[in-house]
Amino acid sequence: MIKCVGIKKTFGSQEVLKGIDFTFENGKTNLIIGKSGAGKTVLLKILVGLVAPTEGEIWYGDKNFFALTKKELSTLRMQVGMLFQGNALFDSLTIEQNIRFPMDMFTKMTLKEKTERVNYCLERVSLSGVNKKYPSEISGGMQKRVGIARAIVLNPKYLFCDEPNSGLDPQTSITIDELISSITKDNKITTIINTHDMNSVMEIGENICLIDKGMLVWEGSKDEVLTSESEELHDFIFASPFLQKLVDLRK
Amino acid sequence: MLGSNKLFYHLGKFMIWQKVIYKKPENLRMYYNETIRQMYDIGIGSISIVFLISIFIGAVTSQQFYYQMEGTLIPAYYIGYIVRDMTIIELAPTITCLVLAGKVGSNMAAEIGGMRQKEHIDAMEIMGVNTSAYLVQPRLIAAVIVIPILVTMAAIVGILGAYLASVPMGLFSGADFDRGIREFFIPHNVTMMYVKAVVFAYILASVSCYQGYYVKGGSIELGEASTRAVVYSDILILVADYIIAVALTA
Ligand SMILES: Nc1ncnc2c1ncn2[C@@H]1O[C@H](COP(=O)(O)OP(=O)(O)OP(=O)(O)O)[C@@H](O)[C@H]1O
Ligand SMILES: [Mg+2]
Repeated sequence: MIKCVGIKKTFGSQEVLKGIDFTFENGKTNLIIGKSGAGKTVLLKILVGLVAPTEGEIWYGDKNFFALTKKELSTLRMQVGMLFQGNALFDSLTIEQNIRFPMDMFTKMTLKEKTERVNYCLERVSLSGVNKKYPSEISGGMQKRVGIARAIVLNPKYLFCDEPNSGLDPQTSITIDELISSITKDNKITTIINTHDMNSVMEIGENICLIDKGMLVWEGSKDEVLTSESEELHDFIFASPFLQKLVDLRK
Repeated sequence: MLGSNKLFYHLGKFMIWQKVIYKKPENLRMYYNETIRQMYDIGIGSISIVFLISIFIGAVTSQQFYYQMEGTLIPAYYIGYIVRDMTIIELAPTITCLVLAGKVGSNMAAEIGGMRQKEHIDAMEIMGVNTSAYLVQPRLIAAVIVIPILVTMAAIVGILGAYLASVPMGLFSGADFDRGIREFFIPHNVTMMYVKAVVFAYILASVSCYQGYYVKGGSIELGEASTRAVVYSDILILVADYIIAVALTA
């Protein structure tokens, strides 16, 4: 469980987050949704400690994130996997070396064990056989999947994904969603996903928070999305004229 | 006023950062591999330029000496002596490191700066890597080991250049050159050369890594950081050169 309490963030005079209180639950796929520029990436980076909030607290279980000792922090770090919005794959390493990097750094596994694990992770993201390629030699969607493979390689307890299926076709998108969802269930981890993909919201959104203009304007599960009266949620979900028509028809 | 504020801000930040760099490696093997890679890059990558520069500087020195000493009462064999000491004390360490600041330093700043901008550093931080240590320690160690070797080579090649420009060209006799090289030799000068080489190597590597590590913005800022790496390294190398000269010849 990760809890954020009163998270505020300002960049210069721009107030990006204006006090977010939310609890991301264990064993569930937690979604942060919102328009482009709403502050999702900033919130995610605050949660993992890459960006310091102007105000507020983060709790990992019963531990205050900002009061962790160095040792506790490095233990926690090893339990965190993250997929960046821009993938952040190391471009001078091959795909295999990229995925192996956390194992190289933090485990005493043999090369054979590591290679097996790499292959297993690649298989999970349906990307077998690209081991020796460089990130620049595979497509954007494939890079995304490699990013996920790298994030899950050490069996994280906390998985953060910034837009895991932007740039993917609907089918692969669903595969990725299912993958993340099943990793979450299998390992009972806390997964937090930034997305503005409506499919993901309706497929895997178990605990959703909607951020708009730096504020949390709605929270709930995918089942509650359809019945919610929230205007902001409505605006966000039914932004397309097509969906809007469907809603009107149902009425 | 603003300029000096900024100077002290960066000086402070740089000093505090020095402490973070020397954290214990998470994994010795990874650090070792990275150090070897850096040593290779710095060493093999710079041999030809160092060779070229030192051979010409040696040659020019002897030509100039011939020009200035012609018709004076200074004995001809001084050529070897002057060339040797000038090369060892000043030219080999200082010129080599000024050039390497341009080559190796700007490269380090651009490489680390690029990793910062492409979120590679963030990605490593999330994994739990102490990026200040992992990205900087191997580069510092590699520089401090390899650059003195390059400086040694520069000294030898410099003297060789002076020989080639003077003896076969008929400016001085081989015997004179030879005698000068052996005369008045002070081992302390060689110590001074290595002190300089190590200090300069440390300066150029740490300043350049610092510039890259804290880069913000985009490609323009990356270019600026790379330029700053060279300019600040050069200035600090010259200041350090003077301080070492005063301290070690007093
Ligand atoms: N380092 C920064 N410095 C200044 N402003 C920033 C910085 N990072 C983000 N912002 C601002 O914060 C706001 C939120 O950005 P953020 O990247 O969190 O959006 P997002 O919700 O992730 O959008 P998207 O869906 O397009 O990824 C933006 O207006 C952006 O300009
Ligand atoms: Mg974003």
